[in-house]
Amino acid sequence: MPDASHTPNAAPVETDVAIVGAGPVGLFAVFELGLLDMKCHLIDILDRPGGQCAELYPEKPIYDIPAVPICTGQELTDRLLEQIRPFNPTFSFSQQVEGLEKLADGRWRLDTDAGESVIAKVVVIAAGGGSFVPKKPPIAGIDAYEGGSVFYAVRRMEPFRGKRLVIVGGGDSALDWTLNLQPLAERLTLVHRRDDFRAAPDSVNRMRALAAEGTIDFRIGQVSRLVGSDGRLSHVLVKADDGAETEIACDALLPFFGLTMKLGPIANFGLNLHQNLIPVDTERFETSTPGIFAIGDINWYPGKLKLILSGFHEAALMAQAAFRIVFPEKKLRFQYTTSSTDLHNKLGVAEK
Amino acid sequence: MIRVIDREGAEHELETLDGWRVMEIIRDHGLPIKAECGGACSCATCHVYVDAAWLAKLHPPHDEETAMLDEAFDVRPNSRLSCQILYGPDLDGLTVTLAPEVG
Repeated sequence: MPDASHTPNAAPVETDVAIVGAGPVGLFAVFELGLLDMKCHLIDILDRPGGQCAELYPEKPIYDIPAVPICTGQELTDRLLEQIRPFNPTFSFSQQVEGLEKLADGRWRLDTDAGESVIAKVVVIAAGGGSFVPKKPPIAGIDAYEGGSVFYAVRRMEPFRGKRLVIVGGGDSALDWTLNLQPLAERLTLVHRRDDFRAAPDSVNRMRALAAEGTIDFRIGQVSRLVGSDGRLSHVLVKADDGAETEIACDALLPFFGLTMKLGPIANFGLNLHQNLIPVDTERFETSTPGIFAIGDINWYPGKLKLILSGFHEAALMAQAAFRIVFPEKKLRFQYTTSSTDLHNKLGVAEK
Repeated sequence: MIRVIDREGAEHELETLDGWRVMEIIRDHGLPIKAECGGACSCATCHVYVDAAWLAKLHPPHDEETAMLDEAFDVRPNSRLSCQILYGPDLDGLTVTLAPEVG
């Protein structure tokens, strides 16, 4: 998603390998590719590396990483980042690859929704379960109001000035935007299904103080109906636990229910798909399109297991095949990190 | 056996295995349940409504499950995350309804 940190239409990033997805498998691919002298650029829709490990279970334990009896999703991410640091990967965060096109010189050009471009000799799709996007409440007719009155993220606060806002949710996003938008709004109502919150206690206390002094409204319930016309809301109905519905005047509704995974524009890359997964061979983990590989949870082959360790294995074999595309004139020499001085130099651990 | 009512109202009787999570049983039979986080109580996409007759027979939700239900929609007093219900012989006949699909 575009934000001020991006520089749209800047010169494309040129690299050996473009990796779509900066989850654990995409990160480890940097290591395997790096050992074979290939430079990587990673693109991820999240604002940080780690993929599902960072978004879904940063604090949950993982027990099936070989030789690591227990680590959390965040620890795994941090260790992978440490492991790939010698290879200096570059990243584009908070954006999604929208277009993929083959150039006349045989390379690939990837364009993101933030206006960035990456040109690479090889593309590796390590997109896991797809892109993390905001959950859409299954309320009748909500589609018609999206963009006009229903927003799942706040890019700029100014458009909400002087508006009657209804924010829904009980997590940090809902509470943070309640606190941040309240001074601009004509009136702000926070709607949450219960009188208890997951959000940081400090934010909750501040919200409760604003509600107690009458600056904002806090309602316990769930949005049940949307009312308006021509894509503009006039009010929403909030249903309490006892079934009673209350009408709240509303120009803009902001639901914050966390993220869900969708395949997204990858579906339009012209690759064969098998139930929203990308079939690959199990020698190179290449897709139906030569030069485009798929590793980790996004790929499919007979016997596929969606395990991080499977993705690591796939990354190693993919790197061997990618080498032959990136360096067609070179002979691949298989080496071990334990014994190879060459690899020690690449890892920055050679004895001086 | 558990009984699952899908979003079209059709009823499915599913064979069960002791020790499996109800979410896993539903997913294993190919019924449409996202269960994105794979059972880590981290996504709320395995939301079900438990039949009134069975509600009291389940262990009550832990705080983490209750908090995670904040990311579900149309939450009702009988809402549960099916990844947090372990199947055992005492739940033979358990009946649940799939909650609306998350968009």
